[in-house]
Amino acid sequence: MTTLERAREIAASIPDPELPALSIGELGIVRNVTATTRGVEVAITPTYNGCPAMGVIALAIEAALLEAGFESVHIRLVREPGWTSDWIGAEAREKLRAAGIAPPAPRAASPSAPTRIACPRCASTSTEELAPFGATACKSLWRCLTCREPFEHFKCH
Amino acid sequence: MSVTIAVAETPLVRFLLGRADDALILGHRLSEWTGRAPILEEELALANMALDLIGQARALYSMAAEAEGGGHDEDAYAYLRDDAQFRNLLIVEQPRGDFADTMVRQALYAIYAKLFWQAASRSTHPPLAGFAAKTAKEMAYHVRHASTWVIRLGDGTEASRARAQVALERLAPYVEEMFEPEDDSLTGIVPAVPELREDWEREVRSLLGEARLNLPDVVFSQRGGRAGRHGEALGHLLAVFQHLHRSHPGATW
Repeated sequence: MTTLERAREIAASIPDPELPALSIGELGIVRNVTATTRGVEVAITPTYNGCPAMGVIALAIEAALLEAGFESVHIRLVREPGWTSDWIGAEAREKLRAAGIAPPAPRAASPSAPTRIACPRCASTSTEELAPFGATACKSLWRCLTCREPFEHFKCH
Repeated sequence: MSVTIAVAETPLVRFLLGRADDALILGHRLSEWTGRAPILEEELALANMALDLIGQARALYSMAAEAEGGGHDEDAYAYLRDDAQFRNLLIVEQPRGDFADTMVRQALYAIYAKLFWQAASRSTHPPLAGFAAKTAKEMAYHVRHASTWVIRLGDGTEASRARAQVALERLAPYVEEMFEPEDDSLTGIVPAVPELREDWEREVRSLLGEARLNLPDVVFSQRGGRAGRHGEALGHLLAVFQHLHRSHPGATW
């Protein structure tokens, strides 16, 4: 494994502060790891423009890489191309479901017309949206009409 | 001693500051509801929408800083300009008013912003195109949320309907300004704003029809926000917003 590959693996495996069941690599937040004259540069992209976790994520990457022996670490915020929930892979979607969060539908489904969301607990599609904005910007609040449990849905973006 | 900054406003910088200021000021207005919203879900929704807008403002200020190249950062633009240097639309600085005022404005602005950023996603300026594609999706959620409330208020009780209609009468004079064209030199970088009006009217009239509300005829339109001619309300907002930063320059947590 090259030094850069190791840096990338370390950065990508950091748990997301708001969704600790997933790593920032699995969420698609880590875009690129490159060697520059200033040292290792990690490019990250926000899931939302106003995502308040970006500062914490940048600090965590820097700390992990410094601890692993990298001497100089720079974090760069990239917004082009914009993050999309389509970057969450199939395995990561299963992890979300296992953590009680309904994964996002593929992007073809427009945000203006939410599709049927399956309950992450009982898989029933008899569900309803309680509020389009949940405890974090990336999630909405739903309830299952079959098992009667409330659950969070990772919004399609 | 003057604490304000002088900004070298090329047309691109001016455009970016205008859109950043729209988002920042409206985000601040929504944040004023924190702790006062009628129900918990609405508390979260208003705070989330404010967060989206303030995040959009930060990204746009960063782009403006890069375009200006004058060593200013997002904090300098937000905290160290006076009201006459703000380039936001007048509609966003209007006081939050009651819940109907807030939600009607949110619907009118979000429908506009969604259409604007959708069109801007085809910008020839790559950082702007990427930002616009992301922002259009965020604004689509704002449209959905605000529309639900406008329908609920308009098609609700006599009291809620009357308040929603009064909110429309108050805000209608600020609509025209939203469709002012940007500088000719920005063609291709920035969408042709006046052309968005038809789609905006169609979407707004369809929403108001469902809500049993009417888009009022406007006799006199207010404008001047992009040129820094603001009402009293912006000065008050900035006093609250900027006072800490200016009283303790350079303070950190």
